[in-house]
This record gives sequence, structure tokens and C-alpha cells, in this order.
Amino acid sequence: MSATAVHSLWTMAGGVTSAAPVEKFKAPVIEYTQLAPVLIVIGVAVVGVLVEAFVPRRARYYTQVFLTVVALAAAFAAVVGLAAGGYGTTKAHIAAMGAVAIDGPTLFLQGTILLTSLVAVFTFAERRLDPAAHGNHVDSFAAQAASVPGSDSEKAAVKAGFTTTEVFPLVLFSVAGMLVFPAANDLLTLFVALEVFSLPLYLLCAVARRKRLMSQEAAVKYFLLGAFSSAFLLFGIALLYGYAGSVSYAAIADVVDGAVTKIDPALADTMGNDALLLIGGAMILTGLLFKVGAVPFHMWTPDVYQGAPTPVTGFMAAATKVAAFGALLRLLYVVLPGLAWDWRPVMWAVAIVTMLGGAIVAITQTDIKRLLAYSSIAHAGFILAGVIATTPDGISSVLFYLGAYSFVTVGAFAVVTLVRDAGGEATHLSKWAGLGRRSPLVAAVFAVFLLAFAGIPLTSGFSGKFAVFKAAADGGAGGLVVVGVISSAIAAFFYIRVIVLMFFSEPKADGPTVAVPSPLTMTTIAVGVAVTLVLGLAPQYFLDLASQAGVFVR
Amino acid sequence: MENLIALLVAAPLLGAAVLLCGGRRLDRAGHWIGTLLAAASFVVGVVLFLDMLGKGAEDRALHQKLFSWIPVEGFQADVAFQLDQLSMTFVLLITGVGTLIHIYSIGYMEHDERRRRFFGYLNLFLAAMLILVIADNYLLLYVGWEGVGLASYLLIGFWQHKPSAATAAKKAFLVNRVGDMGLSIAIMLMFTTFGTFAFGPVLEATGETGEGKLTAIGLMLLLAACGKSAQVPLQSWLGDAMEGPTPVSALIHAATMVTAGVYLIVRSGAIFNAAPDAQLVVVVVGAVTLLFGAIVGCAKDDIKKALAGSTMSQIGYMILAAGLGPIGYVFAIMHLVTHGFFKAGLFLGAGSVMHGMNDEVDMRKFGGLRKYMPVTFITFGLGYLAIIGFPGLSGFFSKDKIIEAAFAKGGTEGWILGSVALLGAAITAFYMTRVMLLTFFGEKRWQPDAEGHEPHPHESPKSMTIPMIVLAFGSVFAGGFFSIGDRFLNWLEPVTGHSHGHAPVSATTVTAATMVVLVIGVAIAWAMYGRKPVPVVAPRGSLLTRAARRDLLQDDFNHVVLVRGGEHLTRSLVYVDHTLVDGVVNGTAASMGGLSGRLRKLQNGYARSYAVSMFGGTAVLIAATLLMRAV
Repeated sequence: MSATAVHSLWTMAGGVTSAAPVEKFKAPVIEYTQLAPVLIVIGVAVVGVLVEAFVPRRARYYTQVFLTVVALAAAFAAVVGLAAGGYGTTKAHIAAMGAVAIDGPTLFLQGTILLTSLVAVFTFAERRLDPAAHGNHVDSFAAQAASVPGSDSEKAAVKAGFTTTEVFPLVLFSVAGMLVFPAANDLLTLFVALEVFSLPLYLLCAVARRKRLMSQEAAVKYFLLGAFSSAFLLFGIALLYGYAGSVSYAAIADVVDGAVTKIDPALADTMGNDALLLIGGAMILTGLLFKVGAVPFHMWTPDVYQGAPTPVTGFMAAATKVAAFGALLRLLYVVLPGLAWDWRPVMWAVAIVTMLGGAIVAITQTDIKRLLAYSSIAHAGFILAGVIATTPDGISSVLFYLGAYSFVTVGAFAVVTLVRDAGGEATHLSKWAGLGRRSPLVAAVFAVFLLAFAGIPLTSGFSGKFAVFKAAADGGAGGLVVVGVISSAIAAFFYIRVIVLMFFSEPKADGPTVAVPSPLTMTTIAVGVAVTLVLGLAPQYFLDLASQAGVFVR
Repeated sequence: MENLIALLVAAPLLGAAVLLCGGRRLDRAGHWIGTLLAAASFVVGVVLFLDMLGKGAEDRALHQKLFSWIPVEGFQADVAFQLDQLSMTFVLLITGVGTLIHIYSIGYMEHDERRRRFFGYLNLFLAAMLILVIADNYLLLYVGWEGVGLASYLLIGFWQHKPSAATAAKKAFLVNRVGDMGLSIAIMLMFTTFGTFAFGPVLEATGETGEGKLTAIGLMLLLAACGKSAQVPLQSWLGDAMEGPTPVSALIHAATMVTAGVYLIVRSGAIFNAAPDAQLVVVVVGAVTLLFGAIVGCAKDDIKKALAGSTMSQIGYMILAAGLGPIGYVFAIMHLVTHGFFKAGLFLGAGSVMHGMNDEVDMRKFGGLRKYMPVTFITFGLGYLAIIGFPGLSGFFSKDKIIEAAFAKGGTEGWILGSVALLGAAITAFYMTRVMLLTFFGEKRWQPDAEGHEPHPHESPKSMTIPMIVLAFGSVFAGGFFSIGDRFLNWLEPVTGHSHGHAPVSATTVTAATMVVLVIGVAIAWAMYGRKPVPVVAPRGSLLTRAARRDLLQDDFNHVVLVRGGEHLTRSLVYVDHTLVDGVVNGTAASMGGLSGRLRKLQNGYARSYAVSMFGGTAVLIAATLLMRAV
């Protein structure tokens, strides 16, 4: 829109008001109870910022951890309450003046995000892994994020025992954005939610205590590329508005289906122009595929996963993926189902290169965090196979897979934080050789997570993969399933290789030690293992739950 | 009453569980527990038998369903037992002889440290064998079939510290697997043909089924029978199985387990009746084995191996009879029962001789033992008379009936089979007389062993002689008891059916001919081993003798054809695996690794390259979407 067009709109609007009687301004209807999960999290996040301002430094850590845990738990309770109240099924509807959809997928994904975040926050709060500096317990985060790495001010901050307790409100803001993202029912809400959860993540990536330069580099890359992808998304939103005359999902869907005949006179030239629809849709897809880490929009993933503080990586890898896939599902199933013939072949191609690309490049990785990053790319491909199914089973299988995958991921990264040497976390794979001899329990737990990633039966990975591939095959994407199984076979190679390395190699003399964590990290890992095994051994209840939740409201 | 059937199996199964899991604290009482539970099973069998006698012939079959084993839609299998006259006969034989041999083993295994385990295995065998004969469907029968195979393996290799015993156990197990494969294929064929495994429906449905399928099932069942009953071509394991303790040879490898093949064929009679081709193969196998075992028995100097050859030959008689169809089923089983008595008695006698002779088995080093072991001599002698068919003793009645039935088959076939059976009788008389003369008559030929211990032959303890005496009674009177008034025939006929065939010669003529060949056989043996002293070192012998000493080259044949052939096959398969399969797999892995290394370079760490990738990706995405619409 050019400046003159904006001006003419203004003048036109002025003309209308002068002619017609003044309409009363209607107060918007906001269903506060139904938005409670988001409001709780965002409210406590604001309180967290105030805590940083007013609570003495010594008490901040405990206050923040307490507030964060309570906020996430309360929000989860609110989600459960809403689901129990039938908002996931019979009472599902569009809330907040069309901005947010409260339905099964929303509640299921919000619940998953909240639980994963809760578990991940425990690793944020872990303070026993590094040796105490100057008598102060330290966590994974820099003493003072603003200080230049290696400078005097950093040393002073360390000596003074500063800690970056701001990470907790940042996590809460991010979670709030993620809660809205899959629920967003118009494109502007989608964009705002995206930015709300992305910006705190950029910051969190930059505040590692150790290897700070790498951490900052990762943050800058993530920010630049994230901004780039946001630009695509925003441009796509603009084009779709031009096509449909609305940013609301339902309204766009109506235009796509040809149900709308009334043309907005201001958009007479563009409305209903399919080129706008196709280009705009593809650009919005770009923005979302960037967030889920699909090839070729995945390049940020390994660098950022490796550079970010490991607790942040775990949180980001799990929760972001859940939120982004939720939004992608809603976009494809609610806005563009009429366009399925156009986007399905393209998504087929994306899914195939994502599965194969992630699995193949992972083979030659030597860093455990990068390995897990490529593994997450391959998994994005598997989930895309379920998304492409375009059947109710496709939705529920993706929901189940996301729940299963996020707990495995958080657990796996939590284990990574434990294996340490003098330079902090020992992430190079060669250092993991013989870990099973030294710390059989930790190695066994990690092996469970790796087997789940590989999709071996009796773990949640198998149930999830089976559900997704079955949905894809039933939805007419048999070819994708073949590629998926081949990729799984390739992926199994590098997962099993790590297990072989841990259990069947001689430990190195200067190998890393396994730190004894506080109950916080132990809880994270224990929950990860428990969920992995329960979803692997008795998945039926959760499959049913996902199946009940798998209906989008329009 | 039918609720008692499960007890038959439960008692020995409990014994096996207690003895094998109980550990050393049961060492002192283990043999008593085992014997008592075997006896308990026998008592239950007798109670059921008496009850059965009290009923009319048609109401005698009992049925007990324990539980649904595999309740799947379209695939029903139950753990259910069926006790009819045929099964009852086996139950009494198995538990009766089994109990006697438990008692005998108390004495025989007295000095063995692992006696408790031995009794555990014996009980396990009893349980499995009972499941085999009282199962009401082929799938459960298969469980018993495999169970006796396992028990046989464990008991042949009981003295596993001897490499020969370990090897013999392995050999028995492997050869039996071939037969087991036959049974499993037969069961699968039954399922696809009839949709069920239960005896009743399968055997009733044979009338409406194509002969081709029935022939296939019959041949597979015969293969199974050949494995378990040591019939040609799967006979090679039985001789080596004598490495096991002698009570095992008596119970498992003479009286009971090796007759399972006969049971299987008689039980599946309806299938064979409707498949004459399969039946013909059965009689051929029986006739060949009959001669094969007899010839091998003539040449062996090891007393147990000579008896093993005899077992093979006698089972050949039974298989022959079973292959004759309704003419022979009853006599096959009757010979099976009388054979169970006299062969078990002969083996126990052989064990008793070995017990007195420092475990020496070479008959050329025996001689004149009748003075030292009178009880063994008399019981063994009665068994000997029974097996050669001395008039009035058990074997006379049962074997004579089979020879008659063979002639009654009719036509050229009948003449050939009858003549083979007669020839077998002559050879039996020869080799059994030889065993008798070498062991109990002539000069004493034993010598001090390597350490200078001279054997002091002595009679065995009561626990060993009493079972021998009991079995000798059976050897003498069972045949007569069964035959006079056709008791056995009337008993089994409702289950197996019977027809008389059309004998070309009268029964009296057959009996007379049998007597003549018997006398000839005994006379030749007397001329060769009774009249003149027996050399302690065996003479070189004729070509046939030397071949017979090597079991008619059975192992050489198996080695050349199966072992070498198998080796060549596996070698070529390994070659294919290494070059082709591994080549493909390793090649794929290597190319994946190379591809990975190359793709990895794209990840160069520069945000600008990443942005270009995203930009290109978006461009392709948009172009592709538009293109999709265009086409």
C-alpha cells in the first residue's frame, strides 16, 4: 500500500463519518477464562520483570524459580480445566473477537508446551553442575549478559556472584507467545505471537556462561535469519490480505472456497487473484517452515542448537517445534484446505528433502548437540509426513508425535548438560566414548532417549512414528512413508553409533566426568524417561486423547 | 472321571519342576520324589483304566478341556486331552514301564552325584510323553513331541563330560529336528486344508479332501515318525543314543519314545487310509528298516548297540504293520506293547550285566555270566525267547500276527512284505541268540582293565532285579493274554478299526514257516558262536560284516551327502553374503557417508549463505506452487 492509498482511506473514512450518524463504539468481548493459560503466563512474566527491579539480588533466584514454576503449573491446570469443561470438543469456538481459536488442538498443544516448559525450566534452575565460583552457586547462564566476554566487568560480575535471573521471565514471555501461536486464528495474531516467542529466544541463546562468543554468534545468526523469515511471513500476510480482504482464517478460507461474492471496493483489483493467494501462502509457509526447521530453511538449527546454552536448546527444540507445527497444522487445515492440491506436492518435496537431509548430514556430525540438531531436522520431516496426510488421523498423529518427541528432546538435552570436563559440557562425541563403563545409569538413560529418537519399539518414538506413517499412508502419501522408513534406517545408524560408542568403546583417560545434578535436573530426566516408556508401552490412552483433540474449529 | 486326566500329566510335571528347581537340598530325597510321582501317575492311569473297562466300547473315550490356548479368530487351539482305548494303552505302558525304570534307576544311578537331576529329566520325559499320547489335537501333540525330544537330548547327554555322549545328544537332537520339521509342516498343511488341528474334525474330514493333499500330509507325518522312531532314512541317531545311561535306553530309546512314530501313524490312520501312496511309502520304510536294523544288530559287539539295532528292526515291524492299514493297526500297537516289556527287560538286563562288569559293554569280553548273575540270566533269557518269537511267549503272538497281516495285504506286495518279515524273523533269531551266547554262555573272557582291576561279576541289588522280574512276567504272558480270545483286538477295534484282509496262505502255514526260520536262525548262531570258542578280538569279517559294524555306512552316507553338501551350500551362501549383500550394504553406507560429508560443507557457518539458502528455498517454493497451478 502506498502512502497515497493510505491517505485516501483516511479521507474516505472521514467522509463516511460525516454523512452517517455516529455508531456507538462496541466494547470487544474477551473471554478471559478461556484465555487464562496465556494470561497467567504473561502476567507472571510481567511480575518477573518487576521482581528484577524490586527484589534484592540475593532473593531473586528463588523468587523467580518459584514464580515460573507456579505460573506454568497454574496455566497447565487452567488448560486441563478448559479441556474438562468441554472447550476441546463440544464447546470449541473462536474467542477474543476472532483472534484466537479455543479447540482441541489448541488445548492439546498448549498443555504439551506448558508441561515441556515446566520440565525444561528445571534445567534452567540447575545450579550444581559447575563448581561454585567465589562461593556462589552458578547456573548455565552468564553472570551478567551485558558484559563483554573475558572483560574485567565480566570478572567483576562473576566475583560479585551475579546471575542472569532474567532468563525466567524471558522463558515465560516466550511460552506465552508459543501458547498463542497454534491458537492464532488470524494472521496478525499469528505474527504477533511469532515475534513474542521468538525475541526472548534470541536473547536466551546469547547468555551462555561458557563459550560465550559462540553463544552470542548463535544468537545473532538466529536473530538475523529469524528476522529474515519474519519478513517473508509478513509479506505473505500482506499478499493474503490483498487476496481476501481479511486476515481472519475463516474469511480467507471462505474466499479460497469461493463462498464470498461481495468484493471490498477498496481491494477490487486484487481480491480473488489466485497469484496473490499462491505466493502469499508460500511465503507464510516459508516463515513457519523456518521455525520447524525444515530443509532448506534449517541452516540456523545446528549452529543455534550448538551455541545456545544447553537448557535453552532443550527448551527451544521441544517447545518451538510444538508451537510451530501447531500453527502450520491450523494454517493448512483451516485456511488452505481448498488449496490442498496446490500445496501438497510442494510439501511432499519439502518433507522428503527434510527427512533425508537431516538424516544424511547427521551421519558425519562429531558434536552431540549438532547431532541432535540434525536429528530434530529429520524428525521435522517425519512430522511433516503426518501433516501432509490431510486427514483427521493426520492431525491426531502429529499431536501425539509432538507430545512424545518434546519430552524425549528435553530429556536428552538434560543428559547432555551432565557430561562435563574442565571446559564445561563435553559435547564432542569422542569424549563420550566408554561413558557406559563409567556412568552406566546416565549412559543407559541416554540410550533410552536415542532409541526413542530412532523409533525403536517400546519407546514413544516408535508409537509416534507408527502413528504418523500410518496416517500418511492412509492419506495417500505412501511414497513419503517409504522415504520416511529409509530415512529412519539411516538415522538409526547414527543413534546406535552413539550407543555403541558409549558402551563398547574403551573410555579415554582424560574423559569427561558425569556431574551429579540436583533433584531439579533429575526430575527433568526422570520425567523424560517415564513419558518415553509410558508412551511406548501403553500409548493407547494418549492416542485416544490426541484423536479426540484432533478437530479444528472454524 | 475325565477331570483325572490332567493329573496324569500334572504329577510327573510337578516332579520335574520340583527336582530341577529345588536345588541341592533335595539331593537326598530326589529319587524318591521322582519315583513316587511316576507311580502316582501310574495309579491314576490304572483308576481310569478300570473305569473305562466298566463302560461299553462306544462310551469309553473321555475328554477334558483345560483352557483355551490360542483363542484367535480363525485360529483356535485348546489345551484339551482325549483318553480313548489307544491313548489308554500308551498311558499304561508309559507310566507302568516308566515307574519300573524309575525304581531300577534308584539302584543304577546310586553312585552318580547328579541323580536328582536325572530323576527330574525322567519325570519331564514322562510328562511330555503323556501329553503326546493324550493330546486331543495335533498342535498339543507337537508340544509333547518336542518335549520328549528335549528330554531325550538331556538324557542322552546326561554324562556330558564324555565328549561321545555330548556328541550323541547333539546328533539325536539334530536328526530329530528334521522329523520335527515334517510334523510342523504336516500341521500347517492340516490347518490350511481343514482349518483346525483337533483329531476329531481332521480325521472325519478326510473323506471330502483331495488325495493329493492327504498324501502330502501323510508323507510329512511319516517323516516325523521316521525321525522319532529311528526309521530309515533318519535312523542314524539311535545307535549313538546308547551313550545315555542304560535306564534311559530302556525307557526312552526302546520302550516308549521311539514308538511315538507308530502312535502318530496309527492315530492318523484315517489320513493314511485315504492316501494309499503314502501308505505304500510307510510299508517300504518299515520293511527296509526292519532288515536294516536286524543286519546292524548282527554285527555289533557292543551289547547295547546290538539291542539298539534290534529296537530299530522291531519298530520297523510296527511301522510295517501300521502301513498295512486297518489289517495291521491293532497288531502294530500290540507288538509295541509286548516289545515295550521285553525290550525294556533286555536293556535292564544289559544294564545289570554292565553294572557287574565295571561298565564294560563289549560282549566279546563277557562269556559264561550265567553262573554269576542267575536272576539277570533268567530274566534276560525270557526276554530273549520273547523277542525271537518262541512259541507261547509274548513276541510269538504279536510278531506272528504282523507276518500274517503282511501276507494278508494280498498280491505280489503281500508276498514281498511277508517274505521280508519272515527273513527279519530269521535274522532276529540269529542276532539275539548271538547276544545270548556271547554274554551268558561259553568261557569267561573278561580281562583286567588298564589299571589292573579285574571285574568281579555279581548279581545286581534288589531295586534293579525286581523291575527286571516284573518285566520278564510281561515278556512271557502279555502276548498270550492279549491274543487269546482276541482281547486286544476287541479293545482297540472301536478306535482303529480292523479288517482281516485276504490271506493267500493259512495262519497255520505262516506260524509253521515262522518256526522253521526261527530254528534256522538259532542254529546258525549256535554254529558260529556256541560250538567253538569266541575270539576276544573281533575277526576282520566279510565286507557285509564290516559295513554292518559301521551301521551300513549310514554316517558315511550322511557325511558325504548332507554334511559336505551342506558345507558347500553354506560356503556359497556366505560368499554371496560377503560379496553381494555386504557389498550392497557397505556400498550404500559408504556412499551415504560421502554424501553426508559433501552436504555438510554447505553448512559453512556464514549467516549470509544461510539466508541465500532460505531465499532460494522460498523462490523454489513459490515457483513450484505456481507451476502446480499451471499444470
